[in-house]
Amino acid sequence: MSYTGWILLTASLVGLSCGTIGVLLILRRMAMMADAISHTVLLGIVVAFLVTRELSGYHMLIGAVVAGLLTSILIQWLQSRGVQGEASIGVVFTTLFAVGVILIATKVGNAHLDVKHALMGEITFVPWTTVHLPWIGDIPEATFILSIVLLVVLAAVIGFYKEWKITSFDPALAASIGIPVVVMHYAFMSLLSITTVAAFDAVGAIMVLAMLITPAASAYLWTDRLSLMFVLSGGFGVLAAVAGYYTAAWLDTSISGSMAFATGVLFMISFLASPKHGLLSKLLSPAVAAE
Amino acid sequence: MQGLSVTGLSAAYRKSKVLDEVNFKLPKGSLTGIVGPNGAGKSTLLKVMLELHPKLGGTVHFAGKPLKTMRKKIGYVPQRGSVDWDFPTDALDVVMMGLYGNVGWMKSPKARHREQAMAALEQMGMADYARRQISQLSGGQQQRVFLARALVQDAELYFMDEPLAGVDAATEQAIMTTLRELKGRSKTVMVVHHDLQTVEDYFDHVLLLNRTVMNYGETADVFTKDNVYRTYGAGLRWRQEVPS
Repeated sequence: MSYTGWILLTASLVGLSCGTIGVLLILRRMAMMADAISHTVLLGIVVAFLVTRELSGYHMLIGAVVAGLLTSILIQWLQSRGVQGEASIGVVFTTLFAVGVILIATKVGNAHLDVKHALMGEITFVPWTTVHLPWIGDIPEATFILSIVLLVVLAAVIGFYKEWKITSFDPALAASIGIPVVVMHYAFMSLLSITTVAAFDAVGAIMVLAMLITPAASAYLWTDRLSLMFVLSGGFGVLAAVAGYYTAAWLDTSISGSMAFATGVLFMISFLASPKHGLLSKLLSPAVAAE
Repeated sequence: MQGLSVTGLSAAYRKSKVLDEVNFKLPKGSLTGIVGPNGAGKSTLLKVMLELHPKLGGTVHFAGKPLKTMRKKIGYVPQRGSVDWDFPTDALDVVMMGLYGNVGWMKSPKARHREQAMAALEQMGMADYARRQISQLSGGQQQRVFLARALVQDAELYFMDEPLAGVDAATEQAIMTTLRELKGRSKTVMVVHHDLQTVEDYFDHVLLLNRTVMNYGETADVFTKDNVYRTYGAGLRWRQEVPS
């Protein structure tokens, strides 16, 4: 495949997996949690590097899950001790992120791991680090890991579709009929962590947030059906990824920045034009809006 | 026959105790109103009994058995305001959630589950709204959907948190008809209730609660002016009594 092809494929995989996870993120009202985890996985990556002394994607995935779970457990713990919800998120993630930054600066030194890379990602480097797979041949490592993560995310979402639905909509009912709401919460945090870290190389910690939240928030405006919301959100993610790449190529600018910007444009269009919640439809039929 | 027995149940939010040594027993087939002032711990009592909120101590037996073995025999109706009604789903889908415990892990609901859910919606007079997005329903209709969801659970014991709060008169009647019908089928039903005017009409048993049980038993014996005053403290207006 061509260089551009790999980048488009990688970006689309980011769009699909983030778009899928994003739906649950929005419906569980945990967008802030994604902000937190997208930063603290940095600590997980650095610690994984310090332990193994190599920048392997698999170690990073494990480090990210540990960091993500640690983040959500710490936040829950502070909240249960009476610290205000959003304050505890802010305190935990900035502190863990800071530890990651300090470790990179002091311990990691000249390795291919720096703060700017972690924050912004660099998808243009993705095709250069390859792994060899039987039958398929050489493919970029980031693309391979993203494919696996996407499969895991899709299997988890489809396999436990009704469990995700009920624990998101009515956790009290879910708990009362014996669905392990707490286990589902931490499973979700793990899925969010591996998605974030897999998308890290491509788009970085800040832009991954745009890919997680904005396509799902746009899809929410278009449909009243959960299954359709998943499809639309994944689709919007891919659309933003591809549109972002070509915009960046055209303007000769940052790819991850353009992708995040494209999600924003998609959201603005949805906000204005969606049939049910859109600003335009409300202006055109004031009777419905007043209802 | 025993429906529900609660012994020494206590619970706290952070450090303040909201329930202190709650003890009561209710017979099978009773329809009980839980009555008490704001902050008396009515909702908390339901949540603690169902282990949705941690308890400090005490035991609860449902038809003589612990919660673990009775989960599938218990129907819980949370407060209407506790869920996000903008969630992308329709009325039928919400009712089907009541069956998720029976459907089994990782399986999707079958046609017969859909039929059961439709029948329950029908019973609540909501069949025409089955495919309506839930934010497009009125408060009363949303509450009926919640009741339908409890009905499909086909439980032995029901715990309902303010099902009559903020609903229209027709919905109130529909819900009361359903509750009496459940009682008629020997189900044990506990309802958090806020309207003192209707307690005597609606419930055969009453539990007066203010952080602990002030009184409980058959409505005719327990729901007296003195007991209610004692539960609510001063400043309560009793029925049509108008201060001169």
